[in-house]
Amino acid sequence: MASKPRDKTVSIDEVVSRLSNGMTIGIGGWGPRRKPMALVRAICNSDLQDLTVVSWGGADVGLLARAGKIRKLVYAFVSLDSIPLEPNFQRARQHKLIPEVVELDEGMFHTGLRAAAERLPFLPARAGLGSDVLVNNSWIRTVASPYPDEDGAHEELVAVPALKLDVALVHLNRADAHGNAAYLGPDPYFDDLFARAADRTFLSVEQIVDTAELTGDTPVQRLLLSRIEVTGVVQTPNGAHFTSCVPDYERDEKFQKAYATAAAGTDEDWAAFHERFLAGTEDDYQAAVKAFHEEQA
Amino acid sequence: MTDHTRADVCAAAIADAFADDGEIFASPMGLLPTIGARLAKLTSNPDLVVSDGESLWLASAPAIGRTGVVEGWIPFRKVFDIVNYGKRHVMMGATQVDRDGNQNISALGDFAQPTRQLLGSRGAPGNTVNNRTSYWVPRHSPRVFVEAVDVVCGVGPKRARTAGVAASKYNDIYRIVSNLAVFDVRGEGDTVRLLSLHPGVTLEEVVAATGFAFDVLRSASGEVATTREPTSEELHLIRDVLDPKGLRLREVPEPEKAAS
Repeated sequence: MASKPRDKTVSIDEVVSRLSNGMTIGIGGWGPRRKPMALVRAICNSDLQDLTVVSWGGADVGLLARAGKIRKLVYAFVSLDSIPLEPNFQRARQHKLIPEVVELDEGMFHTGLRAAAERLPFLPARAGLGSDVLVNNSWIRTVASPYPDEDGAHEELVAVPALKLDVALVHLNRADAHGNAAYLGPDPYFDDLFARAADRTFLSVEQIVDTAELTGDTPVQRLLLSRIEVTGVVQTPNGAHFTSCVPDYERDEKFQKAYATAAAGTDEDWAAFHERFLAGTEDDYQAAVKAFHEEQA
Repeated sequence: MTDHTRADVCAAAIADAFADDGEIFASPMGLLPTIGARLAKLTSNPDLVVSDGESLWLASAPAIGRTGVVEGWIPFRKVFDIVNYGKRHVMMGATQVDRDGNQNISALGDFAQPTRQLLGSRGAPGNTVNNRTSYWVPRHSPRVFVEAVDVVCGVGPKRARTAGVAASKYNDIYRIVSNLAVFDVRGEGDTVRLLSLHPGVTLEEVVAATGFAFDVLRSASGEVATTREPTSEELHLIRDVLDPKGLRLREVPEPEKAAS
């Protein structure tokens, strides 16, 4: 008798095949940190289109924008940290290549994910009041507290709408085949919230291990995702490259610089970068990155 | 003769902005604010809580880029808890600041199709209605200090008041420190007001570098204050402890000496 939960191991291509045009996709990680880049690269190479992307933006947003995949973008910032401004995102915004943008405050973004994860239509927040976030997103409403404050005033707060996702894509350090997963770096970011805000969650990891191994040498507080939150697991070693995936690896600053230079350059510069690194499979990408570093050494 | 640099004056002015904060989370964005906040922790306000800018609260105030002993965990999700809790003073950058103390880091030009896309609003809207907020401007110019910002990210007192009590009750735009001077937003109608000129800087110079008219705080005898010079202890801490590599001089180069 089988007593183990089911095996959710899938391939990158299977994940992409289970996405469809027009979907709302939440991407975990934070800026240039622990992004599910292997899955993002595969989406860029697919026929998918008209996506709504919800992300603490980094090069995931830049790559998807450059590939023309984004119909609507929900974000609070897009940054590469050591390179503050993301050139592909800048280009897309300045040429109006993303038809609809919803720029939120970070706290609103967090609140919106919490609302979706708790199956609430909205949650109240102070963040956003008085700012142009409410001017540029005039569909976002406020809500009055039914309870007066100590001065008798009824505070009018932002009713942050739930950021409901069709699919969440996240990348962690380790998982078992059932979807239990651990982050080993300094910050969980918001990957568990993304998972619960979504109907389905696909998880990529550096390494799939036995459940006993997953929990044997890692404090249980590092188990960010449980299998009830996960639909499929794909092993993608170096799958967050060129973002950081500490302690497995730091951000690849040299490669990020090459990416940003190509993105900020001419169409020919970008075409050359794309041809060398992005036109093939994930294995092709990893081999090209290896060759890039051998050249640089 | 003085042997301090303009960057040292800025570091001490930033430290002064955190001096009276008590036991709260000092959240400086960028190099000089980080030096200034750590300087405050080493001098005027040992209770200040400082971080590595990523996910750790540091027990001491080590050199830029160093960690030392850790006293707590502050992942991004907990930053939002502390923002809402209110025991925090953030010093952000600003691509634009206007007369009403509004700040922009989102985009230049029309938001629908910016001439230059910047970071996005980040946490500026939430910071400014939840906890004390200051700004740091390393290159004071009329392109930064504008009559009206293109996108309001950080909310100034007038906008907060207009938005209602929920927006205004914790709105506290405390200081704007630039490479030339120190300001608050207590001018007439809650507008930007000059508090002090850095040593060697003239009022005319600041007026010329600011794209709007501003109030000036003057003493009974009509004098404009000069930003205080760093003490010898502060100079030692800045040079030998916090920024031994002199990174601050790249952010705030020495002003060109007037021809004599």
